[in-house]
Amino acid sequence: MNEKPEKLINKKGLRLDGRKPDELRPVKIVVGILSNADGSAYIEHGKNKILAAAFGPREMHPKHLSLPDRMVLRCRYHMAPFSVGERKSPAPSRREIELSKVIRESLEPSVFVEYYPRTGVDVFIEVLQADGGTRCASITAASLALADAGIPMRDLVVACAAGKVEDTVVLDLFDTEDKLGSADVPVALMPNLNVVTLLQMDGILKPEEFEKAVDMAIAGCRDIYPLQKEALRTKYMLIEQEEEVEE
Amino acid sequence: MSSLVTRVRLQQIEKLIKKAKRLDGRALSDYREIEIEQGIIEKAEGSARILLGKTEVLVGVKVETGTPFPDTPNDGVMTVNAELVPLASPNFEPGPPDENSIELARIVDRGIRESHAIDTEKLCIESGKKVFVVFVDIYVLNHDGNLIDASALAAVSALLNTKMPNYEVKDGEVIIKQGYTPLPMKSRPITVTLGKISDKLIVDPWLEEEQVIDSRLTMAFNDEGNICAIQKGGSGYFTQQQILEGMKMAQEKAAEMRKKMKW
Repeated sequence: MNEKPEKLINKKGLRLDGRKPDELRPVKIVVGILSNADGSAYIEHGKNKILAAAFGPREMHPKHLSLPDRMVLRCRYHMAPFSVGERKSPAPSRREIELSKVIRESLEPSVFVEYYPRTGVDVFIEVLQADGGTRCASITAASLALADAGIPMRDLVVACAAGKVEDTVVLDLFDTEDKLGSADVPVALMPNLNVVTLLQMDGILKPEEFEKAVDMAIAGCRDIYPLQKEALRTKYMLIEQEEEVEE
Repeated sequence: MSSLVTRVRLQQIEKLIKKAKRLDGRALSDYREIEIEQGIIEKAEGSARILLGKTEVLVGVKVETGTPFPDTPNDGVMTVNAELVPLASPNFEPGPPDENSIELARIVDRGIRESHAIDTEKLCIESGKKVFVVFVDIYVLNHDGNLIDASALAAVSALLNTKMPNYEVKDGEVIIKQGYTPLPMKSRPITVTLGKISDKLIVDPWLEEEQVIDSRLTMAFNDEGNICAIQKGGSGYFTQQQILEGMKMAQEKAAEMRKKMKW
């Protein structure tokens, strides 16, 4: 076990990893890196390393779960046993089941589910390394996997958390801040429609602090959004270049 | 979690709510009738039954000894579990907990845990070795909507009704003595759930309304009126404006409920 650090925010107002309160961790996104999936994305958000893949629209299994007027979106969030400090049992925990549900519900508003009745789309998320804020990074990647699979969508979904660390509202908490801080507010946003599709909180926040945290998290989402779009574009730019070379 | 309701009726519910009315005559910000009875299961260390309209939830609390988590050696342990018992609704099936019951348990858990409702330090018997473990078991007996608020209220009521066995430690062994002391409580969180139907927010959606709402927002408040847990659910969305509006609505409702509770 690591020693508890004395202070989470130093005299200069900087955090343990040297960030300012409203600064994001570095984010790197790659789209279309799994050849068997219909769509896929990989995200590195700070030390989080997460893979997401989308399959479908395809026939539902079991068949009786399909719906006559819409497609069914299914989602599985799963952490690799080696993704955290102490080995995590690979069996889905209650936390993972809840997160699978809230992630699905954060993606659902973005998908035109009525376009493919009787079919299913599966989204699989594997957390290869976790360092706080995995549900948010998972949503950012999963939305790209859906887009990469060519599923008609209203908007991308991008997510980011804010929280409170030693009386300061901060953006994008990493593991230590998440564990020792006093609140965490993950938010998912559809940036063009300007609506929130995921909102959770744990910890204790005054109402005005909560308002500030939501503001900050939404600003964080808006900062990640261009990277998300760029990642999607890059994949198709590369395909175009390859074709040119062949010609 | 849907049951069979005619489309006409759902449309009627939606139409009325657009006019700020509800099928059962409530205002948009009204709870249904609430009735709580404590201590009805004698074999449990604590218990409470709530009637929220026709929604009925029974919560039993068992207190046993166990080992603490290695990262919190001086704290007792609390776990929350929810059972959507098949007799409560035609849509509940026997079997291991599904995502709905897990989410329900985790929302109630978060409200109690994050508000530090239980003084877990006082549940420590021997640091790092032995602590009291508080099992909160939510039993849904009749599902008529808003299981979250009903379960959360019943859970806190049951905890406030919980008695811990007196004990002494002899040679590292815990010996249970006669008599009981109340479970040490620090806060009484109140959980309020709002539903969103055609851009209107309603408090305490009942079963048929739950099938019309596209999303819900649950907020828990501690004694000081600060927020201690939030969960958005359902496959819809909220605007930032609606979130703030919802927070104010839930905050007022929680304050009102707190006065009503005989805690």
